Amino acid sequence: MAVALRLKELSRKEDLFTHGHRMCSGCGAPIAVKMVLFASEYPIIACSSTGCLEVSSCISLYTAWKIPWIHSAFENAAATISGVESMYRALKKKGKINKEIKFVTFCGDGGTYDIGLQSLSGAMERGHDMLYICYDNGAYMNTGIQRSSATPLGAETTTCPSGTVIPGKVQEKKNLTRIMAAHDIPYAAQASISNWLDLMKKVRKAHSIKGPKFMNILSPCNRGWRSRTDDAIMLSRLAVDTCYWPLYEVENGVTRITFKPKEKKPIVDFLKPQGRFKHLFSPENEWLIKKFQEYIDREWERLQKEASLT
Amino acid sequence: MARILAVSGNEAVAEALRQTNPDVCAAYPITPATELMQRFAAFVSNGQVDTELILVESEHSAMSACIGAAAGGGRVATATSSQGLALMWEMLYIAAGLRLPIIMSVVNRSLSAPLNIHCDHSDAMGARDSGWIQFWSENGQEAYDNTLQAFKIAEHMDIRLPAMVCMDGFIISHSIERVEYLEDSEVKNFVGEYKPFNPLLDIDNPKSFGPLILPDLFHEYKRAQHEVTTKVTDIVLDVANEFEKISGRKYGLFETYRLDDAEIALVILNSAAGTSKDVVDEFRNRGTKAGLLKPRLFRPFPYEEVADALKHLKAICVMDRADSSGGYGPLFLEVSSALYQVKKRPQMINKIYGLGGRDYLPQHAEQVLSELVEIVKTDKVRIVKEYIGVRE
Amino acid sequence: MKPKGWRELPPGAVILEAGNAVEFKTGSWKAFKPVWIEENCIQCLFCWMYCPDMAIKVKDGKRAEYDYDYCKGCGICALECPGKKGQKAIVMVEESR
Repeated sequence: MAVALRLKELSRKEDLFTHGHRMCSGCGAPIAVKMVLFASEYPIIACSSTGCLEVSSCISLYTAWKIPWIHSAFENAAATISGVESMYRALKKKGKINKEIKFVTFCGDGGTYDIGLQSLSGAMERGHDMLYICYDNGAYMNTGIQRSSATPLGAETTTCPSGTVIPGKVQEKKNLTRIMAAHDIPYAAQASISNWLDLMKKVRKAHSIKGPKFMNILSPCNRGWRSRTDDAIMLSRLAVDTCYWPLYEVENGVTRITFKPKEKKPIVDFLKPQGRFKHLFSPENEWLIKKFQEYIDREWERLQKEASLT
Repeated sequence: MARILAVSGNEAVAEALRQTNPDVCAAYPITPATELMQRFAAFVSNGQVDTELILVESEHSAMSACIGAAAGGGRVATATSSQGLALMWEMLYIAAGLRLPIIMSVVNRSLSAPLNIHCDHSDAMGARDSGWIQFWSENGQEAYDNTLQAFKIAEHMDIRLPAMVCMDGFIISHSIERVEYLEDSEVKNFVGEYKPFNPLLDIDNPKSFGPLILPDLFHEYKRAQHEVTTKVTDIVLDVANEFEKISGRKYGLFETYRLDDAEIALVILNSAAGTSKDVVDEFRNRGTKAGLLKPRLFRPFPYEEVADALKHLKAICVMDRADSSGGYGPLFLEVSSALYQVKKRPQMINKIYGLGGRDYLPQHAEQVLSELVEIVKTDKVRIVKEYIGVRE
Repeated sequence: MKPKGWRELPPGAVILEAGNAVEFKTGSWKAFKPVWIEENCIQCLFCWMYCPDMAIKVKDGKRAEYDYDYCKGCGICALECPGKKGQKAIVMVEESR
């Protein structure tokens, strides 16, 4: 009997990701992990790529993981978990294991969008029964806030600082969820820690589907985003309300927007509380905000059209 | 009843994998190892093995998947060469550091650039610091035998380290030779059931693999890993004894050929050793006391045993089929380090031969042995490291 | 704890005691400390769900005290608290030394 997705009921569940981890005060990643694990009703074996979550959750002789967990390297979480999942199938076939186990990865955008894209694509294509979760904080945060392809347009990072000649990142953020949906996997979704129920429903749905699944969860990083330690949920909410991070799912090729903001807020509402966008508010960089808004509007239009096709 | 067949090196190792029936194999094609996994894939498709074969999208992912599978808790194998081995370089260290038994057939091929698909030893030599156990095989029979023994050694509860079994690309992998196979039941009994150690898939005892370790503990972890390597040689010899009982074939840490009373000798790996043995015979026939040592276990390197076997010689040439660019050949470095501890030690020279599949011919062995004779006579070394068989 | 010698270390650095991070108390990190004002609490449990450090105890479905051993003082709970009639049930105060 699955635990109902109500906070009161969920609060009776055991913490499978414990406190005592070393993530920064106010980090979005552990919130994402805990929500995923609370939503899960199966035994889980997890894999993380090298990154903030990995080094902070399992360091020295300590581990915050109460579930079986493995880290091997940076670009290969999908390949590593493919191996574990294959061994599971091999041993299950031989009757050495009879429990149903779900395989999940928790990887940052660093180890997913860029260096990890090949192994992710390979694992998804091969059809392993796994759920790949990316906690997207928009930069290589663990090494000190460097630009990744997940960094939004105009954002300042240590490798694309805003200077007199170059105003931060000049490329748009890569739309990885769309790329994963294009792999024709049974389920690809975008979720946010501000909408915990939507996130948990998506996790439950993913677990009910056999095959490769992908979930992208926005994970605010107050260090890299130059925001306050207390605004991870608030910024996630703004990301959703400005349609910077729309909440949707693509199930067997069918797109469904799972949350429509009551009122679509302008992108500046999301940018203003973050120091990494501070330079965009000087007159010479206003064109970037305009470009950003245009991109968001275009993508939101496209997503709504896609959703309306069904 | 042993089966005697005419098969290529790749076929022989594929047969060894069929008989050991790994739980998971992750493979990616690369010349000249491709055929090995192709043959194995046929076994999988025809249900002759129970292996889950993951056809990954790169060698790096192949080793990553092997690591995940081995951590999961089962028997794992793969095969690669050259660029593939180079691509999985970081993962080799990780597999060894995590103490995961994984068996890999390395079909020796040169490393680019220039791009070349033929045999030399650069690939596996480049991996010598990774912590993997390394076996080197002269021919298809040895490749088959070494693969079977490698499973038993790597999976031994006192070891739990990954192991690679090397054989020469094309020269052995693709040449057809007489190979004697053991019966399926004999192999099954010899290798035994896989015994898991701290398996990840044991969800009743959750554990974490791969923590971040800081300067306060890393040094100790490597010391602990080093300790394991000191136990390998004894177990290699024990397993070889057991193997002799079922096969009649004797193995050690290395093979010595007419070495006991030799005055000059070649130290040489893999197939070229076979060619050299014939030339050693010729020299013996002419009255020169020539001999040969062919290493089998290269990592951990049996320094004491090798020094003991070579110390009585007057002059040695270590033949390297790989160059450490800017240094002496890798085998030369090991052998000279071994002999350094001996007070009265032989003269030593290093020849680089056969790179990128360049043929190693009897005349090359002849040239080198003659130079050793000259060194003994004049007590002078003309040059320490030299390329032979090269057009000037 | 006494630093371990190489012989005492687990093979391959595997950690067999799942969840032993609880032995590492991160509570000393905080510069600000959340204080729970029970009379303003509507027991929504948002604070419990949003806390990145699982530092809010819930007993039998009801929000209880803070686990200050692990609270890093981020303030998410205070910001997200809906409170009762405009009054927050969580306020951040400066951590006294």
